[in-house]
Amino acid sequence: MREQAMQLNTNPLQRIPGVAVMLVLLCVVFSLMTPGFLTMPNISNVLVQSTILLMLALPMTLIIMTEGLDLSMGAVLTLTSLIVAIVALATGSMVMGLLAALAVGTVFGVANGWLVAVVGIPPFVATLGTLGMAQGLSLIVSDGQSVVGMPAAVRGVYSGTLAGVPLPIILALGSYLAFHGLLYHTRFGTYIFALGGNREALKFAGISARGLLILVYALGGAMVGLAGLLMTARMNSGHPTAGLGLEFDAIAAVAVGGTSFERGNGWLLGTLLGVVTVGVLRNGLNLLALPSSIQVASVGLLVIAALFVDGLRSRS
Amino acid sequence: MTDISKPITGGRMLLSDEMIQVFYRLLAAFLICAALTILTNSFFSLGNILNVLRQASLLFFIASGLTLVVLTGGLDLSIGANVAISACIAGTVIHQTGSPTLGVLTGIGVGGAVGMLNGVMVTALRIPSFIATYGMLWVLHGITYWYMGGETMHGFPAGFRQIGSGYFLGLPIPVYLLLVFLAIGTIFAQRTTWGQEIYAIGANPVAARLSGIPVARRLLLVYTVSGAMAGLASIIFLARLNSAEADIGESLTLPAIAAVLIGGTSLFGGLGTVFGTFVGALILTLVLNGMNLLSVNASWQPLVTGVIVILAVWLDMKTRRRAA
Repeated sequence: MREQAMQLNTNPLQRIPGVAVMLVLLCVVFSLMTPGFLTMPNISNVLVQSTILLMLALPMTLIIMTEGLDLSMGAVLTLTSLIVAIVALATGSMVMGLLAALAVGTVFGVANGWLVAVVGIPPFVATLGTLGMAQGLSLIVSDGQSVVGMPAAVRGVYSGTLAGVPLPIILALGSYLAFHGLLYHTRFGTYIFALGGNREALKFAGISARGLLILVYALGGAMVGLAGLLMTARMNSGHPTAGLGLEFDAIAAVAVGGTSFERGNGWLLGTLLGVVTVGVLRNGLNLLALPSSIQVASVGLLVIAALFVDGLRSRS
Repeated sequence: MTDISKPITGGRMLLSDEMIQVFYRLLAAFLICAALTILTNSFFSLGNILNVLRQASLLFFIASGLTLVVLTGGLDLSIGANVAISACIAGTVIHQTGSPTLGVLTGIGVGGAVGMLNGVMVTALRIPSFIATYGMLWVLHGITYWYMGGETMHGFPAGFRQIGSGYFLGLPIPVYLLLVFLAIGTIFAQRTTWGQEIYAIGANPVAARLSGIPVARRLLLVYTVSGAMAGLASIIFLARLNSAEADIGESLTLPAIAAVLIGGTSLFGGLGTVFGTFVGALILTLVLNGMNLLSVNASWQPLVTGVIVILAVWLDMKTRRRAA
């Protein structure tokens, strides 16, 4: 067990080049091609815009480490963002909106985990089913309309600063540190590594793999609830299609960051770099005045390339 | 009932087990029909039943190719986006050349080429199918939106539109196409060596490889067929809607997967039939048609489809006791 843990800790270090080199290369190319890229406001813009993605990508890393996947995140994000908007509008309270979104997100997370762990449905189909449900619920609760007129407190979550640092950055850094601590410094984290790599060992240690899996997906749902608040604050409204497809950027960030889809070893710092890489790619293409459709296609290619490299690694 | 199914779950009489599974589903379809006939005035009319059949046939074209993929234990999440890109390119070709034949060939060709790329990613690059085709979904989505640039194509030749909206001897043309492809698909899967090899790959890929089946080539074939069927579906959509937009097939992926799973094809591969998928497409279309007639808001459709997908997998696992 200890030997394996050490292996898992040293292995990721060899991966640093991959995603970091890609990030530096993209930054160099974009700064040469557009004058607007390497400016303080733009860099801060990229980082602030990446915060929502990071909140999805952190739990997605854990889920992928368990050899799972959560395709419902984008649709659930849309739903929780709408819930924040509707509840904040009705009660005038940002906190009530956040609590409602956390609750709805967690319910979806638990449902995903239950379908995967207890019922035994393959994760990509179970979460495709809940994707449809969340998408439908979003249309139903919003009646297909935007929800506008947010209280100032909601907007402040995205535009506010604390000691000169934008609030979203603080929230994102806090989430990253929490996940880092959870994965690398608690027993729960060790179990997650075991869940992907060595389920037998968990059984011998008397740990319920089912309960753990449900917890992992539930954590994902709760994070999507938190991200829903940021989403609503950013747009200053709730919109019934706002977050659709964002789970793909999260999967891309995790894959680019070097977390394997088949071997249960994940790397959170890689995910962080992966999130920034996806953010830089979209921002750079945007500055080059390429349409958003090209951005979507490039993120798709990025995932396929990352998985191809991962496949090469696993064979060697 | 249990007397009949006992020896079958032992695994010897696979085909009759499949037939019993399909029979249950046909029964369910009849029950839905009966319920809708009682609940609504408009269900049991020739116009509506032909409408249901036409919609079910559109869903079947996409779902039939997907059935083969799922039989190998894989999944193709790119079919909806594939329909969109095939329809848009085929539409352009028809507009530029004025030849519906060239358009049909282009649509099926583009769909097949996309499917073949999926197959290469799964076999040569060894990327898990659901993630490879999910990446492909977004690549196609981006390319289609860029290609169309927000434009809509209108107005196709009247002869071409017959493929989607015409009638022959009182039945919609897509229904005849449905019968043809149902027959081809069933004969291919049940009566040819290649078809049986596809079942073998899904049941146990290692055993299939060891017994000399060219697994990579069969997988490539299966993904190409799935893509080509999406291309064919795109042509019928184009002919029916008489217009093409970048979002034309986007919402079809989940219903197509639902049709396959309702039809009793196991997500774990090796079990299921093309005919089952036809019944699955029929059941899903009946449910959505019924919701429409009962004037349930269309917003409920994705929710209901999602619930049905999960229920179908759950039922499949319960009845077959193949829990993973």
